[in-house]
Amino acid sequence: MLRPARFDDLGLRRALSDRLLPSLVAAMAFLAALALAGTIAASALAQHWQEGAGSVLTVQVPQPAAAASNGAGTRLDRVVALLRATPGVALARALDDNELATLLRPWLGSGSGRIALPLPAVIDVRLTDAALDTGRLLAHVEALAPGTLLESHDRWARRLAVLARSLQACAGLALAVVGFVAVAVIAVAVRAGLAARRDAIEIVHGLGATDGYIAGRFARRATLLASAGAGLGALAAVPVLLGLAGLAAPFTGQPADVGAAGFANALPLALWLSLPALPVLAAAVGWLTAQSTVRQWLRRLP
Amino acid sequence: MGNAGTIQVMQTGHSGQTGQMVHLDKVGLEFSRAGASNPVLHGLSFSILEGGFRWLLGPSGAGKTSLLRLLHLAVRPTQGRLTLLGQDIGAASRSRLPELRRRIGMVFQDFRLLPHLSAFDNVALPLRLAGRPEGQVRVDAVELLSWVGLSKKLLSRPAELSGGEQQRVAIARAVVARPLLLLADEPTGNLDEPQAERLMQLLHEMNRLGTTVVVATHNAALVSRHPAHTLRLADGQLVRDD
Repeated sequence: MLRPARFDDLGLRRALSDRLLPSLVAAMAFLAALALAGTIAASALAQHWQEGAGSVLTVQVPQPAAAASNGAGTRLDRVVALLRATPGVALARALDDNELATLLRPWLGSGSGRIALPLPAVIDVRLTDAALDTGRLLAHVEALAPGTLLESHDRWARRLAVLARSLQACAGLALAVVGFVAVAVIAVAVRAGLAARRDAIEIVHGLGATDGYIAGRFARRATLLASAGAGLGALAAVPVLLGLAGLAAPFTGQPADVGAAGFANALPLALWLSLPALPVLAAAVGWLTAQSTVRQWLRRLP
Repeated sequence: MGNAGTIQVMQTGHSGQTGQMVHLDKVGLEFSRAGASNPVLHGLSFSILEGGFRWLLGPSGAGKTSLLRLLHLAVRPTQGRLTLLGQDIGAASRSRLPELRRRIGMVFQDFRLLPHLSAFDNVALPLRLAGRPEGQVRVDAVELLSWVGLSKKLLSRPAELSGGEQQRVAIARAVVARPLLLLADEPTGNLDEPQAERLMQLLHEMNRLGTTVVVATHNAALVSRHPAHTLRLADGQLVRDD
């Protein structure tokens, strides 16, 4: 009745509609959630790939059954023993004939095991120290078994890191574009509200309202609508992100059935923390955009 | 009297006040549109002392409303020097003006009520802008609306009120914060004779309590029933001040 609660002197409940602006901000928040997920996923993949590829070595020992240079045992046994004794090496294991045949099958067909070719022995090496000096290790290995090849996966790790950083940059750029569009959408809505309420603003201004008072009315309304819209957008993104997490599960080592992992574990913690931040961020963008737009507009009044 | 000279007139009404509420020194106002200037007021020089009462007379288009808009700080003068409430308006910062506006009441010819607010909220608005406690706002706004005969229409919106009722709401809004300077543009234009007389009583009462009052009107009968000093404009110039 005569209470000032919900007192709307500028009529902003109609001028800044509770439909269009929240809907547009919800769409922006939905896209922002996807971009955030892309950023976080690219970061996690980069780390995963770098850790995996950076810690693997492949060693090829030609004439594995021949005597080692120091005459004690075969070349293969001596190389494996040296690798196992090297600090920073977690595992050094020579592949057996079946594993070698499996590796060759794509090139030599199913009969690769019966072909009498002098094949080198292949040793799968796992490192605990990805920064191991492979040049020095190769020199030691060559001393025992000349002609041995040592293939580090560092080069692949670096390429994967560059790829992951590119993905992160794209996701970050998408996030920035979404933010820019959100600012533009809110600014346009506030300008439309200013045009619709020009008379009311001039009356209130004439009664002694300060710029801060009028801008505050708009900012309060824009903040409310932007945060509500962003909340809806973030909520709408959750099932989509869970679905994407299910599709990406084979690449991340998670079970494909999201329910089996539990919803909390289906998405990275950073993403769960980022989603509730979207309405807060949208509120801040709404408040700042409305304040600056209205204050700039009010400069035309004396 | 001449139109260019500065004229000091001792006021009737609130006695014992000698400070200048309004002082204009060769004030002009022009609007620019599409590169062409359109002067509406020229070289106005006069003063109104605190507690004074002035009729503002002149034919339509003479510049009465423009002068009232100047005094209401809705526009700034483009020439000369305007001093209001002791403040040089030309030199005042923009942030200083809202505080001055809150000490000036204005009754507009077209009412300028906020259509989405009730009569009560329209009248309460100046008090809320001034930061008065809500309890005081309620008492003062209801009292003023009762005084103008609208106690049963507190919650009516302007569209639900007649022209005369809207005029009374506008008057209540202009005086509710007890302004130091009260400006009225044809305030009796939509009122019948008894209501117009009642309004004049209110204006005289406010003037007696110290408010400086300037009323623009075409109503010669009203002016003759309530003789006071007059400012007469023609073609944007002051042609008479007595």
